[in-house]
Amino acid sequence: MSIAIEIADVSKRFRMYREKPSSLKQRILSGRVRAEDFWALRDVSFDVAEGEFFALIGQNGSGKSTLLKVIAGILRPSEGVVRQRGRIAGLLELGAGFHPELTGRENVYLNAAFLGLSHRKTDAVYDDIVEFAELREFMDTQVKFFSSGMLVRLGFACAVHVDPEVILIDEVLAVGDEAFQARCLDRVRTFQKEGRTIVLVTHALDMARQLCDRAAMLDHGVIHAIGGPDQVVREMRRTISKHDLEFAREEGSREIEILGGSLHRGADPLAGALAPGECVTLQVDLKANEPVDDPVVSFALHDGANNFVFGSDTAQHGLALGRVDGKRRVRFQLGPVPFTGGQYWVTVGVHSRDNQRVYHVQDQRYSFEVRQTEGRRDQTYVPVTAEVEDL
Amino acid sequence: MLGAVWSLLNPVVFLAVFTFVAKVLGASVDDYPVFLLSGLLAWNLFAVSLSTGAQSVVANANLVKKVYFPREILPLATVGVALVDFVLQSMVYFAFLVVIRYGFVLGSIWLYPLAFVALLLLTVAVTFWVSSMNVRYRDLQHLIGLALLVWFWLTPIVYAAGKTHAQIVAPGHRWGWLFWRIYLLNPTAWIVFGFQRALYHSPDANKALAPFTAQQLGVGLCVVIVILLFLLYATWRIFFGLSGDFAEEL
Ligand SMILES: Nc1ncnc2c1ncn2[C@@H]1O[C@H](COP(=O)(O)OP(=O)(O)OP(=O)(O)O)[C@@H](O)[C@H]1O
Ligand SMILES: [Mg+2]
Repeated sequence: MSIAIEIADVSKRFRMYREKPSSLKQRILSGRVRAEDFWALRDVSFDVAEGEFFALIGQNGSGKSTLLKVIAGILRPSEGVVRQRGRIAGLLELGAGFHPELTGRENVYLNAAFLGLSHRKTDAVYDDIVEFAELREFMDTQVKFFSSGMLVRLGFACAVHVDPEVILIDEVLAVGDEAFQARCLDRVRTFQKEGRTIVLVTHALDMARQLCDRAAMLDHGVIHAIGGPDQVVREMRRTISKHDLEFAREEGSREIEILGGSLHRGADPLAGALAPGECVTLQVDLKANEPVDDPVVSFALHDGANNFVFGSDTAQHGLALGRVDGKRRVRFQLGPVPFTGGQYWVTVGVHSRDNQRVYHVQDQRYSFEVRQTEGRRDQTYVPVTAEVEDL
Repeated sequence: MLGAVWSLLNPVVFLAVFTFVAKVLGASVDDYPVFLLSGLLAWNLFAVSLSTGAQSVVANANLVKKVYFPREILPLATVGVALVDFVLQSMVYFAFLVVIRYGFVLGSIWLYPLAFVALLLLTVAVTFWVSSMNVRYRDLQHLIGLALLVWFWLTPIVYAAGKTHAQIVAPGHRWGWLFWRIYLLNPTAWIVFGFQRALYHSPDANKALAPFTAQQLGVGLCVVIVILLFLLYATWRIFFGLSGDFAEEL
């Protein structure tokens, strides 16, 4: 597969002035100005393959928009190079590059011209653009009077109708109303099917997981994780919770250690997604580094949005482990899982019965997926049997 | 149509004002409107390009921050707009020459394209420079207003270069020749010399025009053009160097 965007060792330095001399007068009066370097991107390298749907995630200020602007050629990297193939349409934050004094119509032509479309070609797609944006009665209004949602509509409509090979989207879909968002997503999927390259910056992690082929997480300007969207989103969630709730990914005093946890379907390790209502076994292997009396093993399940959904422990089920010395294996048989489509994250821990001592916790280390039954919109799974009798 | 009238307004007002001033001061240049406009139209192209060009990048901040396009389009577009005005004004001016039966002389009209090329090079070069510098130093546009005012009077548009020359290099004036040399360092002076020599040919023209023959002016303008080519290259490099930072500085 060939490469659409190649990002090689890209760094971007912004100069942060305490007091930026924005006039010659100040410049002359204040002499040398002190500027501090701020690296918004540091040695970022990755490739986006042609036809790939790539998500960029990260916390506010992590450098996502900066990276997108570097890809689009709007910002020049301080170090490194970006090579792209094909025409790039960018939807960079709000406004999408409209001139506020010009009307909607003029801006459409301007935008198309920037993307290399001739006047005649723009004529051909103009009606589609207006149709898609649903802004027919506003096209002769100056865009400075547009609402932010209207700007995004027009920007998106332009970007998708000018036949770009690569489209960059920066968190703009969140502004449109729900119906428009749905249409945008639809359009984005069509783009994906047509084999175009998409780079999406988003904070909607579950959307990124559902839509994207690959994802990267930026943290303070460096690539913190890159790979499959599930893995990257999980890493992102971990980082967020670590920052926000001060959860350690692994913590505990380690008198007993968790060697590993695993999920099984029957006797076999779990492969692929579960169907709603299937049973699953969670197996936790322990090793005591010193003899411990009566520990309790617990687990918790979180859904994709990091909501706690279910948890239990050995004590609750009347299981006493007694004095643990050496290795043990604990199995939790989960009955028919009531979940429908989604990814679930498993936290396992060992602690004392009174919860005073935490020996070892692995936070959301394991996961399994439950698929949505085709064509159904169930929120939960309830085992049902139906019968009929004569009266 | 209204736009065309609009673009003629400026030279007409200038013409009225300076004709009045010339009458009051008693400076007598034959066919003064012909003389004045031959230099004034060129100056307008230059001055308007500079003052609007200075803001061309800043005024389009929204585009520069959001879309990739070759940034040099912005200053070039302002020069383009001024150029359209210049062409319109010149056409009316030429029609005026025909109507008043002033006509053209073939002996020196060839200076016109030469002066025009020099004018265009200078305008583009300086506009590149001011448009990129104005992104960082926003008060540059006010300084440009001042600089243009001084520059305007250092260029023989309203007054006649020939008479000035006669006055300052007169025998009684010790440093006159030096002042004149310095005066000649101004490229717009050469450009205006060229336009005036090309178009102004009243019987007493030589008293008003710069003390150079058409041939001398031709050589002079060629030198100016070569220098301006270097200047254009330099300012284009400056513009290109700074344009990478436009998006983050706006
Ligand atoms: N023109 C600029 N000059 C100086 N610093 C800048 C400039 N643009 C961005 N930065 C800094 O670079 C860092 C990264 O900004 P960026 O906009 O890329 O973040 P982001 O990941 O898109 O955040 P968000 O999720 O809020 O959109 C921020 O700390 C920001 O302050
Ligand atoms: Mg951003």
